[in-house]
Amino acid sequence: MGSGFNGGGHRPAAFIGAATSSFTEFLTSYSPGLLPANVPMPAGPSVVASPAEAAQHLPHGTTIVAAACDVGVVMVGDRRATAGNVIAQRDIEKVFRTDDYSCVGIAGVAGMGLEVVRLFQVELEHYEKLEGRALSLEGKANRLATMIRGNLGIAMQGLVVVPLFAGYDEAREMGRIFSYDVVGGRYEEHRFHGIGSGSVFARGALKKLYHDGLSADEAVLACLQALYDAADDDSATGGPDLTRRIYPVVAITTADGFRRLSDEETGEFVRTVIDSRMRSPGGPVAPLS
Amino acid sequence: MPFYVSPEQAMKDKADYARKGIARGRSGLVLQYREGILFVAPNPSRALHKISEIYDRIAFAAVGRYNEFENLRKAGVRYADVTGYLYDRQDVTARGLANWYAQALGTIFTESNKPFEVEIVVAEVGDSAERDQIYRITFDGSVADEHGFVAMGGQADQVAGVLKDRYADGMTLSQAFSAALAALVGPGNGPDLSPRQLEVAVLDRTRNRRTFRRLTAARLEELLAEAAASPAASADTASSKAGTDDPQRTRGGADGAEAAGSGGDGPDRNGSADTSDGT
Repeated sequence: MGSGFNGGGHRPAAFIGAATSSFTEFLTSYSPGLLPANVPMPAGPSVVASPAEAAQHLPHGTTIVAAACDVGVVMVGDRRATAGNVIAQRDIEKVFRTDDYSCVGIAGVAGMGLEVVRLFQVELEHYEKLEGRALSLEGKANRLATMIRGNLGIAMQGLVVVPLFAGYDEAREMGRIFSYDVVGGRYEEHRFHGIGSGSVFARGALKKLYHDGLSADEAVLACLQALYDAADDDSATGGPDLTRRIYPVVAITTADGFRRLSDEETGEFVRTVIDSRMRSPGGPVAPLS
Repeated sequence: MPFYVSPEQAMKDKADYARKGIARGRSGLVLQYREGILFVAPNPSRALHKISEIYDRIAFAAVGRYNEFENLRKAGVRYADVTGYLYDRQDVTARGLANWYAQALGTIFTESNKPFEVEIVVAEVGDSAERDQIYRITFDGSVADEHGFVAMGGQADQVAGVLKDRYADGMTLSQAFSAALAALVGPGNGPDLSPRQLEVAVLDRTRNRRTFRRLTAARLEELLAEAAASPAASADTASSKAGTDDPQRTRGGADGAEAAGSGGDGPDRNGSADTSDGT
């Protein structure tokens, strides 16, 4: 099979009669070189001490948090990408719509992560078009696990990508959150979760802020507060950039579908957070008992 | 029993065979309206589609044998998704897809004993009606670049004849749908067609990203009621019709380029003949 795409219009036989509804599987047989997992690693002596060390100098995405709310699920990601001690990009987007009822956020090597997301988006739409119905939320979560597992070889070379997947489960009528490890382990998270370098702080904050039955607005606010705490203590996580008006990406997925808040809407929430931090820099205080 | 069959005879037999198969079924219609492109096909099944989404702005309609055009539809989705993944979503075009289908069907027609008994339309909705693209691809890989409306399968000529009188540029969705319904009722489809027996979808240029939408039977009833409320509009505009009397037929390539390498040098003149048996 070819090492690359053969250009438009050729080899119709490869397209007709393929037995799979999975885009990734089709691509594996048609043109495996296009898959992010199949990037050949150079053989022979390396000019860098180790691939892991080299990977450190690539842009990394940092903190993503997600929280379930009464109408669905909220996902929020900061906008910073870091390469070592350098801020590689201050307005990177790491939370993406994957289809009408789901979204994914990525942490780790940004270049690989963006490619995995792109492939996953096509994967879901491809299945939907071929089969005439969308995958179940569980099905989507499992598919993503397989794709992450497919990247294991690359992850072992230091190019680690970890996604956080969230969506509205139409069958159960609730928002659900799934986290992953590099070997493709899939874990359903209840209530809230965070990934990336600042996630330890964000999860700590969310633990104190979250309670069952939060409204969508409250969940957005809780996630933004958590990201603020992450940015407070983790140098790789970016806080809201008021001078440039760069705010975290906020995505809400409900029975009405995926919606990304506009900068104006997010700005309102961000101002609420900043105002409260002006009075109390440590953020909202949880009762002691 | 003759051992030698001349290539001309073999191709003619295949073409006749395919044409008969296609004419046996019911007609499908594709027509432009003000906000997009409308697809209508009599289809009692809710699950087995004749009209489908291929990509953001591209849809597929087919008549003929289900298993064959379903195969082509899936192949088209694969082609579109691979192209869009490799380059960008805006680089997936109906023109590219039509060329690809022409190659595929041309190859099948010349190389296999049994040609596909299908006729398909690939349509892409543009920013304006002038930028809409509609390509009709027949069983032997011929491509026709159509404007306004296309009727295919069944008694396509009769259906197109009725539609020619009723079609006008810039019709509303309800006008376009009632025109399509009037054209489909009668030849080969029985005297009466209720919305429940129809598969209807649109490519709606006012939508973002994925423009393909199926219309439910309830929505179709509404459209009919709307059209009935303003019958004058459709009658008045019917005079300024834009016909498909003389579509620019191009062998094997949608861009009018030479037919080299597209299976175009196989069948003799069968390719440019009309697909229905009558007249």
